[in-house]
Amino acid sequence: MKKIDSKIPAGPVPEKWKEYKAHQRLVNPKNKLKLDIIVVGTGLAGASAAASLGEMGFNVYNFCIQDSPRRAHSIAAQGGINAAKNYQNDGDSVYRLFYDTVKGGDYRAREANVYRLAEVSNNIIDQCVAQGVPFAREYGGMLANRSFGGAQVSRTFYAKGQTGQQLLLGAYSSLSAQVQAGKVKLFTRYEMEDVVIVDGRARGIIAKNLVTGKLERFSANAVVIATGGYGNAYFLSTNAMGCNCTAAVQCYRKGAYMANPSYVQIHPTCIPVHGDKQSKLTLMSESLRNDGRIWVPKKIEDAKKLQEGTLQGWEIPEEDRDYYLERRYPAFGNLVPRDVASRAAKERCDKGFGVNNTGLAVFLDFSESINRLGIDVIMQRYGNLFEMYEEITDVFPGDVANEINGVKYYKPMMIYPAIHYTMGGVWVDYELQTSIPGLFAIGECNFSDHGANRLGASALMQGLADGYFVLPYTIQNYLADQAIWPRISTDLPEFAAAEKAVDDELTRLLNIKGKRSVDSIHKELGHIMWEYVGMGRTAEGLKTGIQKMKELQKEFDTNLFVPGSKEGLNVELDKAIHLRDFFTMGELVAHDALSRNESCGGHFREEYQTEEGEAKRDDENFFYVGCWEYQGADKDPELIKEPLEYEAIKVQTRNYKN
Amino acid sequence: MAKNISVTIKFWKQNGPKEKGHFDTHELKNIPDDTSFLEALDIMNEELIGEGKEPFVFDHDCREGICGMCSLYINGTPHGKTLRGATTCQLYMRKFKDGETITVEPWRSAGFPVIKDCMVDRSAFDKIIQAGGYTTIRTGQAQDANAILIPKEDADEAMDCASCIGCGACVAACKNGSAMLFVSSKVSQLALLPQGRVEAAKRVKAMVAKMDELGFGNCTNTRACEAVCPKNETIANIARLNREFIKAKLAD
Repeated sequence: MKKIDSKIPAGPVPEKWKEYKAHQRLVNPKNKLKLDIIVVGTGLAGASAAASLGEMGFNVYNFCIQDSPRRAHSIAAQGGINAAKNYQNDGDSVYRLFYDTVKGGDYRAREANVYRLAEVSNNIIDQCVAQGVPFAREYGGMLANRSFGGAQVSRTFYAKGQTGQQLLLGAYSSLSAQVQAGKVKLFTRYEMEDVVIVDGRARGIIAKNLVTGKLERFSANAVVIATGGYGNAYFLSTNAMGCNCTAAVQCYRKGAYMANPSYVQIHPTCIPVHGDKQSKLTLMSESLRNDGRIWVPKKIEDAKKLQEGTLQGWEIPEEDRDYYLERRYPAFGNLVPRDVASRAAKERCDKGFGVNNTGLAVFLDFSESINRLGIDVIMQRYGNLFEMYEEITDVFPGDVANEINGVKYYKPMMIYPAIHYTMGGVWVDYELQTSIPGLFAIGECNFSDHGANRLGASALMQGLADGYFVLPYTIQNYLADQAIWPRISTDLPEFAAAEKAVDDELTRLLNIKGKRSVDSIHKELGHIMWEYVGMGRTAEGLKTGIQKMKELQKEFDTNLFVPGSKEGLNVELDKAIHLRDFFTMGELVAHDALSRNESCGGHFREEYQTEEGEAKRDDENFFYVGCWEYQGADKDPELIKEPLEYEAIKVQTRNYKN
Repeated sequence: MAKNISVTIKFWKQNGPKEKGHFDTHELKNIPDDTSFLEALDIMNEELIGEGKEPFVFDHDCREGICGMCSLYINGTPHGKTLRGATTCQLYMRKFKDGETITVEPWRSAGFPVIKDCMVDRSAFDKIIQAGGYTTIRTGQAQDANAILIPKEDADEAMDCASCIGCGACVAACKNGSAMLFVSSKVSQLALLPQGRVEAAKRVKAMVAKMDELGFGNCTNTRACEAVCPKNETIANIARLNREFIKAKLAD
């Protein structure tokens, strides 16, 4: 079996990053001017990396599929960003953030990476404040914090319900400064279609100019992908419409390992699915669980009436409500991690306690907090989320609806779990380098820090940690001896071959000339993924899922219809390429889920659960990172294991009860 | 409970910035009114593709009102008439009447040339930010985030200014094609915070000069911009920009 070198530095866990930085190779200022770096993506990870690398002196080529780097999907993150500042004096520390993240990830993350993440978390907050990010403040002028799932301290920094937007605009502003300085060249409405490998190293990319339709070649000394996750393989998710995994999957086809693809996060608080015309699901921030209480009726007959529409949530008095998270997890209550909250909602709905016409929804209720704190305080905290909820559902959660025995009841939100984030992704070592030398992956698109489940407010932390504070160091260790080479020419046969392969694919897709639109097939793939590779998985179901995906892929290959041509803007053609790669990724998720005969974090195999319905891990057999190597289009991928080693934390059963 | 409605979509088709455009129409039958407006356009595109035609092209991405990508002029108003500040993607079919004809056009402004149909080029906004919409700080050892205390009121006001999503509705609504609301929101955010004060004078001059250079018009206080801003930015920002600009010029 192939061996994997994760390049984790020696020494005790808290010293590793310091040691690494003290001894890594650096690139001198003059050589930096000779080195080109391609950064694909302008989300938190991509923009912060491009800005930092440009500022250091490298020549950066930064690509995004949107019309502006400011529109990357990081912008939609609502709740906040974690850091171990301990400004609240509630006992937080780097170690505790590290511990919570490892535990939250169900002991499936790499200790060394997570410690480094917790360590640099404080620098991120300092950096962002210096950029002018308007984080929420207390009356004394200090920064404010709130709590998020999986933690007993308040360590989440926030900017209303728009934290991702503000952090991204901060990174975008630094990026813009570097564009102005001439160190970063921006390519907007460009999509990476392939990575070009020369002599075993990543030396460039083939990108499609989405407006002209032309394929273009770009060479560089290193390629960084920061292209996000693969949540849209499920069709309905909280991801933006354009989110796709084409860049990552293309790297996988060229030899980069894909790690832990089965770790997919299902977010517990999203607006429920309402019909078959829906294009995406909308998230309601986890921060709502600070003051909102999740419940379903205690009596099945009440649930039946709710489903028929003959009873409303606010007509059910306190004593007939089952606050099931508070009941099952007294220590963390409504603030249990996302995987736990999602499964608990599914459990109640599977038992028939769902509260809307589809039976797939639970209540998120603010009555108690509004009665305690007043509507003004609640509106200040969540006003924009309440308004967003009203725009979509026509119900305003701040409206009083009923009074029973002197207690006011407000209209509750209805929520249900939805695909939100992918912990799995391109395998990277400690330096964030993939298994292809010279190819790096940062942000959501790598697998590195969240184990089997990501805690809320940690995605922003990881994206910015990778981009500002980790990659700009580690990439130098790779680039240190690269400045002696002359610039790679894009006339090399490797570039020509890669471009031709992409072009042939475009021709193939256009020439199928079948009957079905991209979206209609994508929707069907999404149903298969959600049904068989979703919240509750079984060996039998996964095998069926893989079979159904293969059949549907045949339909895609023979009956797809893409209008238009290769020349000029062709949205449908671009979507077809994305869908081709969602198939590859979807199957890979299923393969990984099938091989992992345990339940952990976001990966729940129904065969492996405790009597109380909690995830049952098998540390003896599955204490490893599952890395998948591509073997060709018609072959199953091969599993390579990277064993996990823990020294700072004792591996135990996750407990949020007491 | 959702009810179904039927509408006619009258939408703008244009092949490129220099080409002549025209309206096409399409009947949408029995659309549940809890469908979003963009989902209705998805349905229309599915039907067009089913007829072997090319779909109607428009920008959209997050579909939750924050990325600023969606940019449609609906029945004469940028982003259409929503409940309160909201973007095109937050508009739902329940806002339309059964049998209504809905007219969909692109942002029309010299600063935003049409790429195709209703997709326009807003890279001018990026260029304005590149001219000075930032604090010049290096990645690395910034001082502790709590080292400079900022009054809550100032932080809250800066946050409101920073909420701008750069969609360009303000420019599209303005008879002068002015970008003042966009520019002033960024200038205001940074002018209100001590971190941004250091370069305030340089910033406001650079951003205003770039805005003029790119062909955006002047502000004549018609307030059309704030009426359509999906994030409720106000012309108080423009007043602040003017003060900052005069202060900067006087110091020259």
